Amino acid sequence: MTGLLDAIIQGILLGGLYALFATGLSLMFGVMRLVNLAHGDLIVLAAFVILAVTEKLGVDPFAAVVLAAPILFAIGFGLQHLLLNRTLGRDLLPPLLVTFGLSIIIQNGLLQMFSADSRRLRSGAIETASVSLGGDIAVGVVPLLTLASAIAVIVALNFIFYRTSIGRAFRATSDDLDVAQLMGIDVNRTFATAMGIAFVVIAIAALYLGLRANFDPTIGPARLLYAFEAVIIGGLGSFWGTLAGGIILGLAQTVGAHIDPEWQILSGHLAFLVVLVLRPRGLFPRAVD
Amino acid sequence: MDPDTAKPKRTFRIATADRVSRPAAAVGCIVLLVLVLLPTFAGRNLIQDLIFLFYMLALAQCWNLLAGYAGLISVGQQAFVGLGGYVLFALTLVGGLNPLLAIPVAGIVSAAFALPTALIVFRLRGAYFAIGTWVVAEVYRLGFAQVKALGGGTGTSLTPSVTSSMPGIEWIKTLLDVRTPAARDIASYWLALALVVGTLAFVYLLLRSRQGLALGAIRDREAAAASLGVDITSIKLAVYVATAAMTGMIGALIYLQKARISPDAAFSVLDWTAYVIFITVIGGIGTIEGPIIGAVVFYLMQRYLADFGAWYLILLGTLGILVMLFAPRGLWGLLAGRYDLTLFPTRRRLETNRTKNGLSSES
Repeated sequence: MTGLLDAIIQGILLGGLYALFATGLSLMFGVMRLVNLAHGDLIVLAAFVILAVTEKLGVDPFAAVVLAAPILFAIGFGLQHLLLNRTLGRDLLPPLLVTFGLSIIIQNGLLQMFSADSRRLRSGAIETASVSLGGDIAVGVVPLLTLASAIAVIVALNFIFYRTSIGRAFRATSDDLDVAQLMGIDVNRTFATAMGIAFVVIAIAALYLGLRANFDPTIGPARLLYAFEAVIIGGLGSFWGTLAGGIILGLAQTVGAHIDPEWQILSGHLAFLVVLVLRPRGLFPRAVD
Repeated sequence: MDPDTAKPKRTFRIATADRVSRPAAAVGCIVLLVLVLLPTFAGRNLIQDLIFLFYMLALAQCWNLLAGYAGLISVGQQAFVGLGGYVLFALTLVGGLNPLLAIPVAGIVSAAFALPTALIVFRLRGAYFAIGTWVVAEVYRLGFAQVKALGGGTGTSLTPSVTSSMPGIEWIKTLLDVRTPAARDIASYWLALALVVGTLAFVYLLLRSRQGLALGAIRDREAAAASLGVDITSIKLAVYVATAAMTGMIGALIYLQKARISPDAAFSVLDWTAYVIFITVIGGIGTIEGPIIGAVVFYLMQRYLADFGAWYLILLGTLGILVMLFAPRGLWGLLAGRYDLTLFPTRRRLETNRTKNGLSSES
């Protein structure tokens, strides 16, 4: 019984990580209707950037994220402005194919630069620190921080979306692109800013990816699938729905692994398919797509 | 004055062939004849290379039908390649069936799996459909990794008795005076050739048919096609199931030739979907000719650049992005646009002749 309870608690905390993966994807889809097949690879790329900063400057990964965030914002801004904005339109294929191409380029570029070795972000004592919840159950500080960060990111994004002028531009372009342009919104700039913000979220996701487990250049696509599943389970259009979707996915995986370790990933996918059959618009839908 | 006599009468006919299609068909027949007779004089390396080219082309034609015409952009066709391969292994290793019979059965099983799969993934639209199909392919991969009888996560190999039991091997050995491994390759070569010609013929005849007209309309604009009475959902479902069946048969053939299967290789998104998408897009999506050109370009790149490993893949990804941005209709689109060519005429053109009343110039 303790084992199952432990699996449930770990699953909720793992859900925080998946929510971080998914929030960036949800943001891109929400603002520019872009489904980014390179999302997982971008998370892995950001983890390698953080790793490089920690190694070069000898700083803690948490400090490295603060240093890397502006760089990643700029990369995201540039990527959207120079490349991805050209692909958006009525036709679905260009954004899918271009991000799929990016995914292959990033994976193999990382393979060339960092080799196929597994890496990990090191942060001293905090990595192994844990808090006892009484009984035999203890939770790690890093997983707790992951969930707390996911909540903080969502609060911050909701603030940007509903309390700032750029957020108003995000909502306007999302609701009606043509009218937004008529009202004087520079769509290219708005989209580029949204991608820059998404890249900062990606950096935060990458920090916890690297602190919690090993990573190597090939693990991106699986993270994309988890992010996507969390978004769909939660329902489009709400960041809190995405958090719920991440937690449900995390729970499905840890409870599945509790039954049979080989079933961890498969049970996550199956939970996603079950939600898709029973509630095709997700559990907490807001947007009408 | 009688208006009928004053007005020129318009006669018209519907034509598909143009000035190059008939010579192209003749050249196509000669190329096919040469390809059929190739094993009598070509070396084993060329035969093996061509097997690879054929099955990539057949996969690209299937994906093109799916994405280029039916608008179903799938990133999960590896599900059916792997499924077909595993069905062949199960039927021959466990069931003792002849591999030649196992290939069509693999197609039927793939279609049977595609139907319930479609019921789930068709709930997702557009780009979400793409990732949904990928998730399904992962479920297939993880599912087959649990089947201990077929080697679980590490996979298994075909026994020599299975690979040599293909009918015709003895005949090829005596006819062409070759050893068993070479005879196996030649048998696979002819099978692959038959499959690629069959796929091409199926796609071509489908696009020439009434359903093909509907598919072309869906490709050009889905909403307009629906308003003209095209039953979008059932056509898409039919195309999804049919391409799954063909992809499954190609997968069975690929793994009969490879004689070794594992979940990671059989359900590889890079090998069976990414390459196929690049072939179709670089050649020209939404045409039959495009994937043929794309497959030849891909084969040449694979042959001369694959040794560069990661750099080769970076180049392939960059090329795909550049084509999508600057020549979205692909290499064939550039050629066909400039010289007004069609090798597989599927487009119906209206030919009109203004003639005087009673006189028709129609021949």
